Amino acid sequence: MLRKSTLLTAVSALAALWTVAAAAQDKVVNVYNWSDYIDDTILADFTKETGIKVVYDVFDSNEILETKLLAGGTGYDVVVPSGAFLSRQIEAGVFQKLDKAKLPNISNMWDVVATQTAKYDPDNAYSVNYMWGTTGIGYNVKKVKEVLGVDKIDSWKTIFDPAAMAKLNECGVYMLDAPQEIIPTALNYLGLNPDSRDQAEIAKAEEILLAIRPFVRKFHSSEYINALANGDICLAVGWSGDMFQARDRAAEADQGVEIAYVIPNEGAEMWFDQLAIPADAKHVDEAHAFINYIMKPEVAAKASNYVFYANGNKASQAVLDKEVLDDPSIYPDEATMAKLFITLPYDSKTQRIITRTWTKIVSGQ
Amino acid sequence: MSTATLTSSNAPAPADVKPTLLNALTSRLVIIVPYVWLVLFFLVPFLIVFKISLSQTAIAMPPYAPTFTLGDGIAAFFSNLRQLSFENYLWLTEDALYFNAYVSSVVIAGISTFLALLIGFPIAYGMARAPLTIRPLLLMLVILPFWTSFLIRVYAWIGILKPEGLLNQFLIWTGLIDQPLIILNTHSAIFIGIVYSYLPFMVLPLYSTLEKMDFSLIEAAQDLGCTPTRAFWKITFPLALPGVVAGCLLVFIPATGEFVIPDLLGGSQTLMIGKTLWNEFFSNRDWPVSSAVAVILLLLLVVPIMIFQQAQAKAQEQGR
Repeated sequence: MLRKSTLLTAVSALAALWTVAAAAQDKVVNVYNWSDYIDDTILADFTKETGIKVVYDVFDSNEILETKLLAGGTGYDVVVPSGAFLSRQIEAGVFQKLDKAKLPNISNMWDVVATQTAKYDPDNAYSVNYMWGTTGIGYNVKKVKEVLGVDKIDSWKTIFDPAAMAKLNECGVYMLDAPQEIIPTALNYLGLNPDSRDQAEIAKAEEILLAIRPFVRKFHSSEYINALANGDICLAVGWSGDMFQARDRAAEADQGVEIAYVIPNEGAEMWFDQLAIPADAKHVDEAHAFINYIMKPEVAAKASNYVFYANGNKASQAVLDKEVLDDPSIYPDEATMAKLFITLPYDSKTQRIITRTWTKIVSGQ
Repeated sequence: MSTATLTSSNAPAPADVKPTLLNALTSRLVIIVPYVWLVLFFLVPFLIVFKISLSQTAIAMPPYAPTFTLGDGIAAFFSNLRQLSFENYLWLTEDALYFNAYVSSVVIAGISTFLALLIGFPIAYGMARAPLTIRPLLLMLVILPFWTSFLIRVYAWIGILKPEGLLNQFLIWTGLIDQPLIILNTHSAIFIGIVYSYLPFMVLPLYSTLEKMDFSLIEAAQDLGCTPTRAFWKITFPLALPGVVAGCLLVFIPATGEFVIPDLLGGSQTLMIGKTLWNEFFSNRDWPVSSAVAVILLLLLVVPIMIFQQAQAKAQEQGR
């Protein structure tokens, strides 16, 4: 019995290898992107237009992507790291420079975003922007009103005040398991430099996070979408677009759950997810074709309409849904924009302090 | 066993079985294959991990230095060799985090193993005493969950245990509770997950020892005045001991290094060595320290188990 099933597995594995080998002769591009981050019809349309098959795979944390990239030989042709990670990966020699001659649509890109991303990738030599967004608060409007008695949340005080969190604890709070987002947010709330490397300042952030730690049900970077949408929790600190996806899923389910997202008054972290090509990519031409396709105004607009994140494509704004473009929590107005901050990659010593601090916050050890 | 086969081929053989060169070669090959397997898939990877644990981190691909390549000259090899150090092991002793993570993993795995034994023993016993005709069916039922992906089965527990999940809905419906129990994201959820996932590994070895047991021994014990409980502890349990040990090891060892179950079902406060390793590897990009954590974990698990097995083998020999 057992031997038979092993044999079967071996045969099917061989068969799978065979198909992969056959597919290699066709034109193909291997894309590794964030989970829930694209309208699938874009991939189908791309194949229809160019004849290039898309093999699409997903991750839910920069750490996983980075470890794969640093090990090398990932087999991916297009990957989507966020700013600070991209910057360090460029230094490690993970990526190849983009051939701008193969990317005519780059003229559609938005200079405001390009100036910001150049802080991670000088001259934007290695990457172009896919989406950008903020790290803020998503909440269940009805439950928060029940528990806190307020119609809307507009300050980080709700998160960093233990008394408010103790009340929210009843209905559940999730927080991103991403130290490089939450610690800067805490520093910003304290009025300190969010990008601080000062150990004493990081210790202050640790202190206020430890005070609210007992009231956080879970630190996780993707489960909060469903948890919010299903009404399992009433508040989450997470990425803007994820909150809108939760809002949409809740609306579809029609169980009376209403989700709202806010960039609090004190400001929030702004982040950029960048399309880049690994140095050891096997399908470089196809990768360029894919990136160029994504930079078409109507494609970028379609992507944003689906995931509710702002993109770095100026020309796409003409064709974007009004609902997306006019939403200040997706495309913030200038006053809010001025309050957003970015963080640069940590050196390895600071990284260790940040991770250690985070472990202490998350596990209480 | 191996020496027995070898000497028998040298000894004057009975007339009908002629030892040929081919026979001797085959018997040697049979012994060599597992060793080759162990060297290729255990020793070599372990040495690579051990070597990385002596390196330092670097912003490079792969993210540590030095790296040895086959093309290096001898001088380069020795200069690389001199860069290796035990610094990372010292680092592990400086921060109580690692020690606590090891202890907490062992405690969680230990409790889970005990619970799995408590639940698994009656199941295996029932199976072994079931009519011969339905035993294959029962065995099949124990193995059946393996036909579904492990990940999906663990995910299903989220649906069962969450505050609005099946279990709470049921308990509220029966009127036993009026507030949903918070089970998901606690230690209890981890125990449930580990016991559920590893129960077949406990039941199968127990079943195979209990099945071979001569149940007339119990009748004899009872005839001689043993109460059923006493008969169990005097006869059944000692005879099932090899199965108990095998089952416990099969559950305890993977449970100690478990990452998926605590990550999905456990709360963030659960500190386990799998998570610590993950953090070092992914968040800190510190492959050398995570390798050191892995090497220590291996020593912590393998060495006591080897000592235990040796002691058991000795005890068995003396018993004979």
